[in-house]
Amino acid sequence: MAAVQDGPMELDAEKEAKPEILSDGTSNLSGNTASGTLSSSPLTAAPAGGAPKMEDQQTLIAVLQFLKRNKLSESVEILRREAGLGEHQEGSQATDGSGGGKGDGDGGDANSLLSRVSITSAAAPQSMPVKKDQPDVSVVLSAYSQQGDPPLYQVYYSGLKNFIESVLDCHRAELSQLFYPLFVHMYLELVYNNHETEAKAFFDKFSGDQECYYQDDLHILCGLTKKEHLKGNEVLLDFRTSRFVLHISRDSYQLLKRHLQERHNNQIWNIIQEHLYIDIFDGMPRSKSQIDSMSGSLAGEAKREVNKAKVFYGLLKEPEIEVPLDDEDDEAENEEGKPKKKKTKKDSLGSKSKKQDPNAPQQNRIPLPELKDSDKLDKIMYMKESTKRIRLGPENLPSICFYTFLNAFQGLTAVDFTDDSSLLAGGFADSTVRVWSVTPKKLRKVKSAGELNVIEKESDDVLERIMDEKTASESKILHGHSGPVYGVSFSPDRNYLLSSSEDGTVRLWSLQTFTCLVGYKGHNYPVWDTHFSPFGYYFVSGGHDRVARLWATDHYQPLRIFAGHLADVTCTRFHPNSNYVATGSTDRTVRLWDVLNANCVRILTGHKGPIHSLAFSPNGKFLASGSTDGRVLLWDIGHGLMIGELKGHTDTIYALKFSRDGEILASGSMDNTVRLWDSMKAFDEVETDDFTATTGHIHLPDNSQELLLGMYHSKSTPVTHLHFTRRNLLLAAGAYNSQ
Amino acid sequence: MAEERRQKLCSVILPTESMKAMAESVGVGSLQEESCLALSEEVSYRIKEIAQDALKFMHHGKRRKLTTGDIDHALKLKNVEPLYGFQSQEFIPFRFASGGGRELHFYEEKEVDLSDIINTPLPRVPLDVSLKAHWLSIDGVQPAIPENPPPVPKEQQKTDSTEPLKAVKPGQEEEGSIQTKGQGANSAEVKGKEKMRMKPRSTHELSVEQQLYYKEITEACVGSCEAKRAEALQSIATDPGLYQMLPRFSTFISEGVRVNVVQNNLALLIYLMRMVKALMDNPTLYLEKYLHELIPAVVTCIVSKQLCLRPDVDNHWALRDFAARLMAQSCKTFSTTTNNIQSRITKTFTKSLLDDKTQWTTRYGCIAGLAELGHDVIKTLIIPRLSVEGARIKAVMDGPVVSNIDKIGADHVQSLLLKHCACVVAKTRPLPDMVDQYKADYGYLGTMLCSHVVKARAQAAFQAQTVNRTTLTITQPRPTLSMSQSGLSASSGSRTPSIIKVPSSLTLMSTRPGTPTQPSPPATKYIVMATSAGAASTQQVRVLNEFFTVVLLKLPRHLYHFRACLTSAEAKLQ
Repeated sequence: MAAVQDGPMELDAEKEAKPEILSDGTSNLSGNTASGTLSSSPLTAAPAGGAPKMEDQQTLIAVLQFLKRNKLSESVEILRREAGLGEHQEGSQATDGSGGGKGDGDGGDANSLLSRVSITSAAAPQSMPVKKDQPDVSVVLSAYSQQGDPPLYQVYYSGLKNFIESVLDCHRAELSQLFYPLFVHMYLELVYNNHETEAKAFFDKFSGDQECYYQDDLHILCGLTKKEHLKGNEVLLDFRTSRFVLHISRDSYQLLKRHLQERHNNQIWNIIQEHLYIDIFDGMPRSKSQIDSMSGSLAGEAKREVNKAKVFYGLLKEPEIEVPLDDEDDEAENEEGKPKKKKTKKDSLGSKSKKQDPNAPQQNRIPLPELKDSDKLDKIMYMKESTKRIRLGPENLPSICFYTFLNAFQGLTAVDFTDDSSLLAGGFADSTVRVWSVTPKKLRKVKSAGELNVIEKESDDVLERIMDEKTASESKILHGHSGPVYGVSFSPDRNYLLSSSEDGTVRLWSLQTFTCLVGYKGHNYPVWDTHFSPFGYYFVSGGHDRVARLWATDHYQPLRIFAGHLADVTCTRFHPNSNYVATGSTDRTVRLWDVLNANCVRILTGHKGPIHSLAFSPNGKFLASGSTDGRVLLWDIGHGLMIGELKGHTDTIYALKFSRDGEILASGSMDNTVRLWDSMKAFDEVETDDFTATTGHIHLPDNSQELLLGMYHSKSTPVTHLHFTRRNLLLAAGAYNSQ
Repeated sequence: MAEERRQKLCSVILPTESMKAMAESVGVGSLQEESCLALSEEVSYRIKEIAQDALKFMHHGKRRKLTTGDIDHALKLKNVEPLYGFQSQEFIPFRFASGGGRELHFYEEKEVDLSDIINTPLPRVPLDVSLKAHWLSIDGVQPAIPENPPPVPKEQQKTDSTEPLKAVKPGQEEEGSIQTKGQGANSAEVKGKEKMRMKPRSTHELSVEQQLYYKEITEACVGSCEAKRAEALQSIATDPGLYQMLPRFSTFISEGVRVNVVQNNLALLIYLMRMVKALMDNPTLYLEKYLHELIPAVVTCIVSKQLCLRPDVDNHWALRDFAARLMAQSCKTFSTTTNNIQSRITKTFTKSLLDDKTQWTTRYGCIAGLAELGHDVIKTLIIPRLSVEGARIKAVMDGPVVSNIDKIGADHVQSLLLKHCACVVAKTRPLPDMVDQYKADYGYLGTMLCSHVVKARAQAAFQAQTVNRTTLTITQPRPTLSMSQSGLSASSGSRTPSIIKVPSSLTLMSTRPGTPTQPSPPATKYIVMATSAGAASTQQVRVLNEFFTVVLLKLPRHLYHFRACLTSAEAKLQ
């Protein structure tokens, strides 16, 4: 196989990539400091080459100071010699540090110095755990140790609240974003410093002010009342380690800064400096609805730089396959009696695929497996089918065939259809995977090795002969997992099936022998989802361990690890061109990862609940995501912008699918409905002019009702999966729920 | 309000007594108050954490209900050994009781007799998972087949009939399938023009299939083949798509009764009443709109002077009884303060009962109609009349032979009165049952009534013995999806594209296609008491329930400690 890659080597490359990301992050920190205190544009400060170097030096100085304080003079000597630091540098810095330690709000100058020092001291310990590979909890938390007067926290907070409520309307909405992160950090600081009663009072007083979409997190927060609790709580660790990102216009930011400096409100200022990342932009402040549509994730909005990377969202060139035209026509004549009309159509289809999409990645950017003969046959079948495809539109809605699982007492947890809609797989909570044939063709196993030996290999129908007629049945059960199966995915060639389970493994099953071929171990925790690449060979999985992994079927170790989500990765999807992977997470963000270098190229925020379904449009340009809040969001991948919001579902959306031409988006939910949306209209209406593209401000039209083309209730069957056949018939699946 | 709820959640902490009880169960005798407090805070936090993790498993399991399995998995995530031996598919069988100033939840562990288990026959093996396909939509229109929910839900039928002026909703105008509720004021303004059309658009045009169906059903209902009739009635009682045909059925019945009463055709009247019953049984129909036609028909069947050609031989009494029960049922379901059905019906019956010239047949119908309305009605309207009626019966029985028909009538009225009054008297009248006393109170019927009451008392006493502790029991009705094969389902199947298998061939079940038969566990009994946590959200309650699972199950022994409280609580209930 040409696509085979050297696994370990890739791993190395990835390890190299990882620290890079981290150091990028720290350079951003410094960039932010600069922008915060010197109020220079973050855009110019961040990429400046000097910043990381300066940062390093400061780290070194901090380490030196630490060593000195602990009377490790020899180490100090060695470190100084190795780093080539002059005595004077350290000295000057040290005075600042001492000033910062004592100084408690001496106005503007001291303030800025203080914040700078606190940043460096915070950054120093952070760089150490990188080597240890795991963030040391106490180090991470210790940033909270600096404390003000606990009873005054309420005064600080309500002071800021009063201020924000009194500012002009246009600024109020923007500054209100500060409430939630400040609230959380102040509460955590109180808890960390063992002021339990004050923390409780603080929580009770202000938790009601927070936006409703933070409810889930507040539920977790309110349980936390002791310092010890902070240690094991991942959500809170995330909150601490990642900076909450806010987008605020320059004017609003100036206003806030002036206020805080006038009032000497250092407590809040420190938190803003240390725990928040304020992305300042020039221009008009955003409106409340604009802010609301983008916020809601665990760590605020995405930084604008993050979504700047170019994404090759175009489709790959279709391999050229000579379609046996006469055969096609024969069949057409036989079946429908319509002669010779297809030829022109075929040509146009062919020429379309030959043209290289300017946005497409290079053909060999990601090595793809070579097409086998059977794949080519399948492609031909696909083309034939697609000529018979129904063109869907608002006037022409698809028919929906609903596959109901009856007697699924054990709980249906995942469903997948093959691309040609011939097989259906269901994952169940009792650890089994079942495969059904939904065509009259029954499922057969390959004969045993002994029997295969006696088969004449030269015969024409050898593929037919190797099948064991005795095993023919409508469905097969695959046993092997030891926990509920949360994800199933067919390979495009229908030879394999993947399943991911609570037991921490992903298993690859052969659909020829109906046995397990490989158990991929890597996730130590439940694996929530897995998905095959549209070209086969690769697959992606994501789980409770907060990473998504890219695997190749012939490697037992992952090729890439996509790390960055702050909570469980709940769903994973391959881009149609196989160069990117989209993941949805409990941290309420969608991320897009580059398969080539495991970089995160898009962070999409706006969901208010864990994301449970993702779907790429067939042209690769758009992404739809559905979450527990019952909303579907539409994204433009090229610009990294939200371009639509489809409201209507009343419960978690577990299934999303675009029709084969991308004209209709179907969504299926726990509320027992399938809804059809006019995705063409949704995409057309969006003006992505230069302004929106640069600022990322969006005006979402509230037109869900106009886009909703149809809603179909099932009796009592939540919709678990949706699939469009090659002819655009919609298949839905779910388990009947007798309660 | 949200704020309040959150605060409440914040303050939920296990009581220190629980800690003590748990400590006792693992052999720690005396635990200090401070350590209890510290423990309970810690335990509460951990339990919340586990519950939050368990919610993740619930979401991924695509369920709305948290199960014990989810808790097990969440424990596993935390590297804690799961709780073995506690599996519950259904509700967690926790019971709540309060007594002696304490509130407690407990898990009832019954002592099980092994021989009972061995001797009971094995339950049926649950059916295997099977796949069934049906058309949810054909070219954007949802077909009216049993697998799909009724095209017009009952609530909407109700709003249509009660608020006819508001019936036109903007979304509905364009497409029948979109019933968009909660469309904001915006869209209403935009589509203000449509709103001007006040008259509800309810077409009663039937499609060809529906016409055929209607014809088949009505013919079968009044036809001669009993098997066909049963099938047709079953279809009327269960088919969700009958809304459109309801006015026709209603007219069919009222006209049918009108004609057949005149012709004294008892059999047809019975068939028509069975149709009424079937319509009333259909959970998807909202009949209120058609009561003005149905009630007169039913009442006719109760009180008509003559219902059959040979009143001396035919059993028209059964029809009257049946119709009276129907009437009572519709009173129960449809009577409201605005339509006053029950009081109007009661008045009608009483009026003719008081009339001296009323015939025995009508008299019988009136009494039956009243008696079915409940014990209170019997007590206030029938029992006071017992002596009068008794005298009248006596006149017929003992007097000169007037006609055989009168005698039979009087006889039936007598047994009807005795049947209904006996149980009411048995409940209301204090012991002892003296024949003379009864005679004085109820006249001619007194003697017989007395013996009936004695019998009723004996029976009641016997029943009380067999019923174990009389707590308020609720049996959970198990909703099942019952489907019947109507003529409609076949019509849609023909449009199956070639690539997909025809839906019906996939079912693996033998008895009734499409019905997920469930091995029904025995009906569960619950003591119902008001819980203090009534205001909490359901999720909270769920989480709470679960966390009690964890706590209590870790330490089953301390439950015995609560046994005493339980029995005292139960004693109070009795």
